[in-house]
Amino acid sequence: MCLAIPGKIVEIAPDNPNSALVDVVGMRRRVDLGLLEDDRPVPGDWVLIHVGFAMSKISEVDALEQMRTLEMLGECEAAVQEVRGYGLEETEDKQAS
Amino acid sequence: MKYVDEFRDPELITRAADEIRRLADPNRHYRLMEVCGGHTHAIYRFGLKDVLPPNIELIHGPGCPVCVLPMGRIDDGLSIAMQPDVIFAAFGDMMRVPGTHGNPLEHKARGMDVRIVYSPTDAIKLAKMNPQKHVMFFAIGFETTAPSTALTLQRAKAEGIHNFSIFCNHVTIIPAIRAILDSPDMRLDGFIGPGHVSTVIGCRPYEWIAKNERKPIVVCGFEPLDLLQSIVMLLTQLQKDEAKVENQYKRVVPWEGNRAALKAMAETFQLRPYFEWRGLGFISQSALRIREEYAEWDSEQRFHVPGIRVTDPKAAQCGEVLKGVLKPAQCKLFGKECTPENPVGALMVSSEGSCAAYYNYEHRKANLVTTISASA
Repeated sequence: MCLAIPGKIVEIAPDNPNSALVDVVGMRRRVDLGLLEDDRPVPGDWVLIHVGFAMSKISEVDALEQMRTLEMLGECEAAVQEVRGYGLEETEDKQAS
Repeated sequence: MKYVDEFRDPELITRAADEIRRLADPNRHYRLMEVCGGHTHAIYRFGLKDVLPPNIELIHGPGCPVCVLPMGRIDDGLSIAMQPDVIFAAFGDMMRVPGTHGNPLEHKARGMDVRIVYSPTDAIKLAKMNPQKHVMFFAIGFETTAPSTALTLQRAKAEGIHNFSIFCNHVTIIPAIRAILDSPDMRLDGFIGPGHVSTVIGCRPYEWIAKNERKPIVVCGFEPLDLLQSIVMLLTQLQKDEAKVENQYKRVVPWEGNRAALKAMAETFQLRPYFEWRGLGFISQSALRIREEYAEWDSEQRFHVPGIRVTDPKAAQCGEVLKGVLKPAQCKLFGKECTPENPVGALMVSSEGSCAAYYNYEHRKANLVTTISASA
């Protein structure tokens, strides 16, 4: 809950500037941008996500390193499960495996 | 440190470790507290203690929201969900946290409608999907998660979702640090400040620690190099007899924090006069409650809440461990009655709790060594 998951903004909903489709660990889910009102991210930007809300913008290098840290902390699997939203979120697997 | 090679710049890690050895006065013992549970977890996971000289002691702080939540609050939340047609929704972290009569998952096995959500907005979705039921979201966390709860309250109100409420257990970090500094048996030389809490509150709220308490504090990231660099920054200040707030995690933490997040929190929450913390007791103005304007979405105003108080088992010494007076393994219950599989005390509950982190990485390792040498 306290560790942040990095994600890359794919698209911002045309009808709602607070709702972005974000690529997180190879999956896509809706993330709320309401907390980045002062510094709105655009598609291609990386953000740190806490409990479904983007909390800060970060660089791509830092985002990838953050993923490694999560992996090493053994939190990655939990993060993926969380991002899937326990069935509540319609996620799509980017890597059609 | 066994994992050094896997990181982005092992040479920098070695250099930071050398710098720490150079800066640490061999005639002095340093007690540095990492406030955040995420840091505690990282310190054990990456074996950072192995690279630090023995006179640098890391004390694990109160920054694990699941650990400091009194059992009575879990009982209260569960008692709301025992009422007809109520769905209990919470983060996955909450599911194994014991209440007096079992954790949420055990209640689910007995028939309670318990759902894991990733985000408080998922709880709103649940409410929309179950219009005939009431969804109670068990909100927990420091300033890292409180803004998300705040925006969720605003969204629920704006969208007119009436079968949804929040049982608010958000706490704030500054009063907890103050309580620790006020404790007479606590002697600390400096703080490794929380990273993601600071994304929201910024660095200014820590200035009193430097000014009034004369302790250095460095806001820190979660990678091994971040932690080592923060220790270098603390030792540099201590060597010069300085006490400043510094920001090691500049790539994520702005000095002023996140204005939109603070605004949403101010609009939806107010400070409770006092709140109970496991291990630390009652701390004044240390937690958030939902404002009157959002009463309809406040489980505490909407439902009868029994206000259950459960005393921690006397034998568990969580308070002493939390304040750094005892090491996890020095508690009488550690690794015996109290384990991550069957936690008695608060700090064994979450992977970010110092006892669970110590148990998972140090205790298991030590036991393995004993077993191997015994069988050799």
